[in-house]
Amino acid sequence: MDRKPFAITLDPNTSLANHTGNWRTMKPVYVDRLPPCNHTCPAGENIQAWLYHAEEGAYEEAWQQLMQDNPMPAIHGRVCYHPCEGACNRAQLDEAVSIHAVERFLGDQAIKEGWTVKCAPRTGKKVLIVGAGPGGLSAAYHLARLGHEVAIHEAGPKAGGMMRFGVPKYRLPRDIVETEVARIESMGVTITLNSRVEDLEATIAEGRFDAAFLAIGAHQARRIEIPGCDVKRVLDAVTFLRSMEGADLPKLGRRVAVYGGGNTAIDVARSVERLGLEPVIIIYRRDLGHSPAIASEIMEAEEEGVQFQWLRKIAKGDESTLTVEEVTLDEQGKVQPTGRLETIEANTVILALGQRADTSFLKSVPGLQVREDGTVEVDQTMMTGHPGIFAGGDMVPGDQSVTIATGHGKKAARDIDAFLRGTTYVKPEGHAPATFDRLNTWYYTDADQSKQPLLNLIRRRSTFEEIVGGLDVDTALLEARRCLSCGNCFKCDNCYAVCPDNAVIKLGEGKRYAINYDYCKGCGLCVEECPCGAIDMVKEVE
Amino acid sequence: MSTERIKFYQTGTFTAGNRLLDEGTRTVQSRMDRTNSLNSGHRACQGCGEALGARYAIDAAVRASHKQLIAVNATGCLEVFSSPYPESSWQIPWMHSLFGNAPAVASGVAAALRAKGRDTVKVIAQGGDGATVDIGFGCLSGMFERNDDVLYVCYDNEAYMNTGIQRSGATPPFAQTNTTPVVSEHPGNPLGAGKNVPRIALAHGIPYVATASVADLHDLERKVTKAIGICGARYIHIQVPCPLGWGADPAHTMKIARLAVESGLFPLFEAEWGTVIQSSSIRRKVPVERYLELQNRFAHLFGPPPDTDAIAGIQAIADHNIALYGLLR
Repeated sequence: MDRKPFAITLDPNTSLANHTGNWRTMKPVYVDRLPPCNHTCPAGENIQAWLYHAEEGAYEEAWQQLMQDNPMPAIHGRVCYHPCEGACNRAQLDEAVSIHAVERFLGDQAIKEGWTVKCAPRTGKKVLIVGAGPGGLSAAYHLARLGHEVAIHEAGPKAGGMMRFGVPKYRLPRDIVETEVARIESMGVTITLNSRVEDLEATIAEGRFDAAFLAIGAHQARRIEIPGCDVKRVLDAVTFLRSMEGADLPKLGRRVAVYGGGNTAIDVARSVERLGLEPVIIIYRRDLGHSPAIASEIMEAEEEGVQFQWLRKIAKGDESTLTVEEVTLDEQGKVQPTGRLETIEANTVILALGQRADTSFLKSVPGLQVREDGTVEVDQTMMTGHPGIFAGGDMVPGDQSVTIATGHGKKAARDIDAFLRGTTYVKPEGHAPATFDRLNTWYYTDADQSKQPLLNLIRRRSTFEEIVGGLDVDTALLEARRCLSCGNCFKCDNCYAVCPDNAVIKLGEGKRYAINYDYCKGCGLCVEECPCGAIDMVKEVE
Repeated sequence: MSTERIKFYQTGTFTAGNRLLDEGTRTVQSRMDRTNSLNSGHRACQGCGEALGARYAIDAAVRASHKQLIAVNATGCLEVFSSPYPESSWQIPWMHSLFGNAPAVASGVAAALRAKGRDTVKVIAQGGDGATVDIGFGCLSGMFERNDDVLYVCYDNEAYMNTGIQRSGATPPFAQTNTTPVVSEHPGNPLGAGKNVPRIALAHGIPYVATASVADLHDLERKVTKAIGICGARYIHIQVPCPLGWGADPAHTMKIARLAVESGLFPLFEAEWGTVIQSSSIRRKVPVERYLELQNRFAHLFGPPPDTDAIAGIQAIADHNIALYGLLR
């Protein structure tokens, strides 16, 4: 072998021989983080993932991704109170991404295009579901997708539960409910209407069901007695809202007062407003700041002419008036009387003071625990004390909403599936949160939220037409593209471009990046310049 | 001509690439087939702005010239860290002669190419601020006044970093260097010293002069691409933060360069034939403190007690730039 003599010109060489990676004490690593929208979604949707598809205009892929978790996007895009948007990091930059509007667009697009989902091969297992509300329908859908046979027994005359008998039409047109329910039925789910389950164990035995999921909702209104007031003049929100579904409309006086300050009270007041009577008054014992109702709902109700009497308690009534007492809130937020009385003109009072589940028929089921307030105890797998019987939605303890019930249905379906297979469902390990401080917002274009069109006020006051319009194809695309992709790489090529040492490898179309640790000096530029915070800097040696 | 605004409300329009941008609007640096003219294994410090600036400029020039490019390098950090004998990081024809003669050597290369009829080959000369502003300034001015067919790119890290952080004619006022230490009443580089070479280049009335920043990749590549397409003497002055010499976190190179632009201290503009024709507007204006506080070379301005007069003096420079180039629109 030739040996170069000393001090003779060397052959040219490349700097690639010089592995600068050994300078490093810290190294960058790609991570995935849990975005706040996904974290807060009661239905457990992977919002960021479906927005990612929508950003490309791949709406069917986006919808399929959405349908992994929520079988009723057109409904939820309209009625969900979207806690995701309250948590959205973009709100700290300009305005939150209008997630519900894009969800609704996808849901409506699916209805228009007739998109469907695929089910797994039949397992031969049978599951009974009691109640065709959001919880029951959601569980049915997920179980059917997993290949189980599902039969729903519904006590009411139509499917939908509170989505039909609670949420007013102007927020959720009934053809949307019917279409999304029909899609679930087309997967082989049978819904038997007007079929109240009285004896659960007998129904299970008769139908040879392997498991049951209870989601009967909370349809029993809390009532109070108003001294001096004729009982006929005092209605409750549940009965009233159900009557709006075609049953006999109860007799209302010319001037209606609604007692309560939650979302149901607002729904009732806005429905009454549309019947062409005198302006409705909402009487609530706390103030605006303490109302559990969504702020935008209150605002819209006021626009439509609903009047609010905050900090008032009904003391008594007579033929055509109510006597209310002014109250104050103490430091703990508790209501304190003042003794000052006022008279309000009102012929009818509708109570919207909350609802409870009528679970008395379950008391005889062995092992099943019914609480004082009518709710049923479940463990973290949504199973009651009776093996194989699961429950969810408004009838279990905790917060109540259409989306929470839908989430319960999905969760229960996973656990029922595991129960039927004799295993337990293991939740995959979660990612650390994608917080706002990890973002480099410089790289995001300023873009205002796309606004959904609103029906004009005159029509809103006199008809039950849907008041909020949908986004069109273009605005939906822009809105999806406002997503910051918090905590998860969206392939912007920044890390690849800002590395002074060419140590970031671009893996190609549709793929992400890798780091060439032979040359990475550990400067941290890629971490700092990653818009979405998807790179961590970690110690080279612990 | 003004910059075309990308009407695209999408996350990442300001990023290097993006799956949703069409090919034409992505940067050269986002391409899998970029040249990587300055290859891995070079010995620049962690987070080196100059290494980035050089790769950005040369990769764009290689693409714009259809790979017909020769680079002449002055002495300086870039030359030293990229070519320790017998290694080279350069993936293009590249030569180095002396500290002060890069513009003259490049003029010679251009003349030789003309003599040989190789009119498709483009010539770039490049150097740091020391080679450009001080040592090679005579050669540079000569190259300008003869209108030689060379694109000169200056990577300005505002001092002689390679030899141990001595001040240059491009060192900003009040900056601490090893030859402008913080002593007695006159901290750092004196206010009023130094020269503005982009404006001197402008005064030569050459076909093209531009400033650029590593923090604005789209703009930098556009200017290099445009310059490659022009014949005659061209000059691009790129600010490249130096973590070591400026006393900054290596991870903050981009951030500091961005703040220099956003504060108005480093205005981005283009000029043709001696007239400024375009400037980049400030997107999120910041006071100069945001830029200064990230760098140890300005630490003495923040006290105790803080030197508010000095900071006000620097702010006045930024405000003057903003007014001069119309940076707030």
